[in-house]
Amino acid sequence: MTTTVESPANEAPSGGKVPLVELKNVGKTYGNITALKDICLRVHAGEVTGILGDNGAGKSTLIKIISGLHQQTDGELLVDGEPMTFGSPADALAKGIATVYQNLAVVPLMPVWRNFFLGQEIRKKSFPFSLDANAMRATTLTELAKMGIELPDVDAPIGSLSGGQRQCVAIARAVFFGARVLILDEPTAALGVKQSGVVLKYITAAKEAGFGVVFITHNPHHAHMVGDHFVLLNRGRQKLDCAYDDITLEHLTQQMAGGDELEALSHELGRK
Amino acid sequence: MSTQADLNVADHKVVHDERVKERNRVQRLLIRPEMGAGIGAIGIFVFFLIVAPPFREAASLATVLYASSTIGIMACGVAVLMIGGEFDLSAGVAVTFSSLAASMLAYNLHLNLWAGGALALVLALTVGFLNGFLVMRTKIPSFLITLSSFFMLAGINLAVTKLVSGQVATQSVSDMQGFDSARAIFASSFTVFGVSIRITVVWWLVFTAVATWVLFKTKIGNWIFAVGGDADSARAVGVPVTKVKIGLFMFVAFCAWFVGMHLLFAFNTVQSGQGIGNEFFYIIAAVIGGCLLTGGYGTAIGAAIGAFIFGMTNQGIVYAGWDPDWFKFFLGAMLLFAVIANNAFRNYAAKR
Repeated sequence: MTTTVESPANEAPSGGKVPLVELKNVGKTYGNITALKDICLRVHAGEVTGILGDNGAGKSTLIKIISGLHQQTDGELLVDGEPMTFGSPADALAKGIATVYQNLAVVPLMPVWRNFFLGQEIRKKSFPFSLDANAMRATTLTELAKMGIELPDVDAPIGSLSGGQRQCVAIARAVFFGARVLILDEPTAALGVKQSGVVLKYITAAKEAGFGVVFITHNPHHAHMVGDHFVLLNRGRQKLDCAYDDITLEHLTQQMAGGDELEALSHELGRK
Repeated sequence: MSTQADLNVADHKVVHDERVKERNRVQRLLIRPEMGAGIGAIGIFVFFLIVAPPFREAASLATVLYASSTIGIMACGVAVLMIGGEFDLSAGVAVTFSSLAASMLAYNLHLNLWAGGALALVLALTVGFLNGFLVMRTKIPSFLITLSSFFMLAGINLAVTKLVSGQVATQSVSDMQGFDSARAIFASSFTVFGVSIRITVVWWLVFTAVATWVLFKTKIGNWIFAVGGDADSARAVGVPVTKVKIGLFMFVAFCAWFVGMHLLFAFNTVQSGQGIGNEFFYIIAAVIGGCLLTGGYGTAIGAAIGAFIFGMTNQGIVYAGWDPDWFKFFLGAMLLFAVIANNAFRNYAAKR
């Protein structure tokens, strides 16, 4: 039923091109706890890879490896076909892998524009190379406007924005700087229906603009709406790896909810 | 709401738009971190003008500024460190450590005082580096790490001084090579309109101005606010958190060395037990000036105002003819008031 790990399945779904990011049998152990084992994953340009999984499935660990916060203990991480080890998130960023974390990685007391450009500040061209604050303010406003967010004041501390707005700032920031691969860690988890819609539209737009998007979620509906390729994690293992055409929303939802386990459970509970 | 067609995400340009400038200047001024301290400073100034007639003379103002400046240079370093989310309790004895080191190294190795000062700078920066390195490496709160280094430095100051010179103070350095030029830099005075002003006042303003520029106009400044506000977020977007924080501890050490040099060249000899308790004055000045104890918020100008309040109170009580023993009571009361007022200001700023 599932195309499992043993077969390096769906070899080159985008016509033999080298994937932007590829994981080969990646595993991660923390002491004697195995968080991930034998994960194979390919992220292609212009494709959304949906990573689904319940709580504790290993989604966060997987992101931390791709984004450079942690290093895998087994397997290989390839960027453009070349094996890589990221020492820090800055290394991953330098390779064009940008991550929007669940906690958004923003500093609440700092103004929106300072958060937007944090770590990649624009400086003036001439001595003493101080920050070009007005350029950064204007750019922040423009980039947010592209996401449909009109902020009255980019000097407001980002902590004073709503959850959806903060999410959009974080995504807009990653898109602005993330040249090629965009990793979104449950971007719709804390959002209402309307704001989720904005984010999903944005994901599709990013895909069409040629980004490789990794979309982590535990919402199969959202994943199915934008995903081209799905990977399902369960207890640190890869349970499912298939393309959009090979799976229906019902099947995805069922697999997500526990698949066979759920069927067994419903038999066991025996509501006759 | 935007539609699919509007979303042109691939097109990234840095936009210049002259319409985007800081808005609501008056309101922005009102909610600045140092506003509470500024109002407080004016109030205290007027208060002492009324109750203490000698306070009204220009010479008194020069004395107040001098008292403010030696605290203020350190408060500047401590404030920047606090914005970066850390604490340094060893800052008070680090001042004495630097001047003892410069004095004893130069005296006993028969060096030029400038060479002694340079060696002391290396030692001071090493202590600052170790503070920062230990905090970052062990993840133990800087309060505990620097409390340890505070006691260790205090012990070293007393023990090594006794070991080397056999006394509790160092020998006078006033007849040594390099004394006059070093004194001109660190401890001279100049006259403006007939009033003698100590050079540390100028240095205090320079330190504050440079720190302000760095904090608000440079990349490093942005990083300092970020590591203090949320170190994990800062790390995740590529800010070198460890380097920034270690650098901040070393900046405090540099300030301590600078004030240490002033003490050495102003008094020629250094008492080894000096400096204990001063670290609290620096922290008080920074907190009165609007720095948040939890980091990520504050200004160097605020710390300078805090130091000025300290200097005014310190000298004003004497000019008013009161028992100077009351000074610490006033300092404590002001700190309490400042903390409450700053908190109210900040809540207002957040709600705006």
